[in-house]
Amino acid sequence: MPSNKLFQFKAKVIANKRVGKNYFHCIFSAHSLRQAVRPGQFVEIKVSAGPEPLLRRPFSIHRMKGANVEILYELVGKGTELLSQKGAGEYLDVIGPLGNGFTLPLTPYPLSLLVAGGMGVAPLVYLAEILKRSKILVLIGAQSKSGIICEKEFKDLGCSVKIATDDGSCGFRGKVTELLSNILVTMDCRPATIYACGPRPMLKAVAEIAQKENIPAQISLEEHMACGIGACLGCAVNTRAGYKRVCKDGPVFGAEEIIW
Amino acid sequence: MANLNISIGKLKLKNPVMVASGTFGYAEEFSDFIDLKKLGAIVTKTITLRPRQGNAAPRTCETPAGLLNSIGLENPGVDKFIKDKLPVLKEYHVPIIVSIASERDPEEFVELTHRLDRIKEVAAIELNISCPNIREKKGKRLISQDALATHGLVKAVRKITNKTLITKLTPNVTDITEIALAAESAGSDGLALINTLAGMIIDIEKRRPKIAMASGGLSGPAIRPVAVRMVWEVHQKVKIPLIGMGGVSDTRSALEFFLAGATAVAVGTANFINPKTSVEIIAGIGKYLCKTNLKDIKALQNSLKING
Ligand SMILES: Cc1cc2nc3c(=O)[nH]c(=O)nc-3n(C[C@H](O)[C@H](O)[C@H](O)COP(=O)(O)OP(=O)(O)OC[C@H]3O[C@@H](n4cnc5c(N)ncnc54)[C@H](O)[C@@H]3O)c2cc1C
Ligand SMILES: Cc1cc2nc3c(=O)[nH]c(=O)nc-3n(C[C@H](O)[C@H](O)[C@H](O)COP(=O)(O)O)c2cc1C
Ligand code: FES
Repeated sequence: MPSNKLFQFKAKVIANKRVGKNYFHCIFSAHSLRQAVRPGQFVEIKVSAGPEPLLRRPFSIHRMKGANVEILYELVGKGTELLSQKGAGEYLDVIGPLGNGFTLPLTPYPLSLLVAGGMGVAPLVYLAEILKRSKILVLIGAQSKSGIICEKEFKDLGCSVKIATDDGSCGFRGKVTELLSNILVTMDCRPATIYACGPRPMLKAVAEIAQKENIPAQISLEEHMACGIGACLGCAVNTRAGYKRVCKDGPVFGAEEIIW
Repeated sequence: MANLNISIGKLKLKNPVMVASGTFGYAEEFSDFIDLKKLGAIVTKTITLRPRQGNAAPRTCETPAGLLNSIGLENPGVDKFIKDKLPVLKEYHVPIIVSIASERDPEEFVELTHRLDRIKEVAAIELNISCPNIREKKGKRLISQDALATHGLVKAVRKITNKTLITKLTPNVTDITEIALAAESAGSDGLALINTLAGMIIDIEKRRPKIAMASGGLSGPAIRPVAVRMVWEVHQKVKIPLIGMGGVSDTRSALEFFLAGATAVAVGTANFINPKTSVEIIAGIGKYLCKTNLKDIKALQNSLKING
């Protein structure tokens, strides 16, 4: 595990734009994070100056470009609503880089499989960028077409992309994990690792499929966080080795570690 | 420079700002953000005799200007604490106050105190008789909800240690001064108040409580007025020093506690939001005293003006 130094800094917003019905893409400057970030790590942002909302909000690092960090987020409540109102030139109070991040191969894999549910694409784009020298297949799932994002970003990085929607409005009709099962059956080259991020039921299904197919899988979990730095023990997830902290021991875990 | 030194029993602190139990991990988590040496004292996460797994997830939930938690005293147990955590903590050269609690009262408090009493680096012991989140005790009364039980427990521990003893009280009582007096008369050197306020929050869509244990402890700015009032009430009744906490988030909120009669303050939930809160407050208090021409933090303690 890398023991990253943590920074708290004022980050200048460079852009913060709507990129889909409910999605926003924010770029801010973060000189302190320049070299320190691994895919799968996250930042915690205080979106207001006062006590409302009180806590920082965790967001995955979506991309790094020089000293600029990009996040991709969905409007779900008051924190993300306030964040979406920040304009270029305003400042955010940011802590990072947090968490362990994905374990990367020492030599490029012949094939990596990335599975994203909805907003779960956020950390996987940066991962794909870092994994670039290996062949990458990305599966993205959402309820319907409007929930699918980042298809172009992955394609621009040279990845193959397959889509699954619950309502069939785009790509395979059904769950992205059903698509995953189907693909694994028909594939001649088996992926060396599955990397997944998305809602918990999806991750659970990925874990089961990976185990059945005997493919190692790394999954990125979400849990409500008070501190994000390992101090409050609030973000517990039950693992075979007892409770672990999603913010510090994760957010990325081996799929086999988790007790669902 | 105004004088910020204070003492609690035999314990002497260079400034009156500490970090509250359970909100600062074992301090190492904050070492990238602040110079830990600057803190008045560090209070550890509460330690129990045996390791505790803690409660089921989810354990926390944000509330209006507050935080509801039910961690359940997850900790590695006293032996591991002494072996793994204490050696790291002592390197920070800050007084370490070890918070303890038990699953079986009062025997375990006595046993834990025995173990810690021998250790030089333990500057003081805080008796957490006010944790609302121990499942085994849900529904039962906490020691600090009962004046007699409080008296008995503090007395039993007092008998076996000369270290500074701080008793941490719950706000979930009808009259906190009764409990405070019981702890004082049993020999407690100081009182820490307040622990979290019992609370609950419900998800109306799922028709479920938002934390797994249903109810938990409320902290943060939301509880500050309750905490300040309790410090003020207790200050009028007892002579031993009070460590005020509950929503201390900046210099102004810390000063409220000193004016209410506290000798020291502890920063809790605010550590999660701005990890530099404690050191900013230390600097801020210095500035405030300077600006108001006061030479000593203790001058604030009895300076509250109450009409009538
Ligand atoms: C490690 C990690 C990485 C994340 N990365 C992203 C990302 O890249 N893009 C994105 O859109 N979202 C991401 N999330 C989820 C995001 O943090 C929440 O959507 C956000 O905190 C919601 O805040 P709110 O005030 O708008 O919602 P509210 O529902 O009003 O929030 C209330 C409280 O619940 C917490 N909360 C709500 N939903 C979640 C959730 N899914 N996970 C954790 N806490 C939650 C909030 O932080 C807040 O404390 C991530 C979560 C974690 C733990
Ligand atoms: C996540 C969390 C964990 C806590 N754990 C403990 C604990 O182990 N022992 C204890 O005495 N108090 C514990 N507390 C209570 C705090 O020490 C403090 O008394 C309370 O939170 C009020 O202060 P605040 O509003 O500044 O947080 C905890 C509080 C929080 C928020
Ligand atoms: S959020 Fe505090 S330990 Fe993970």
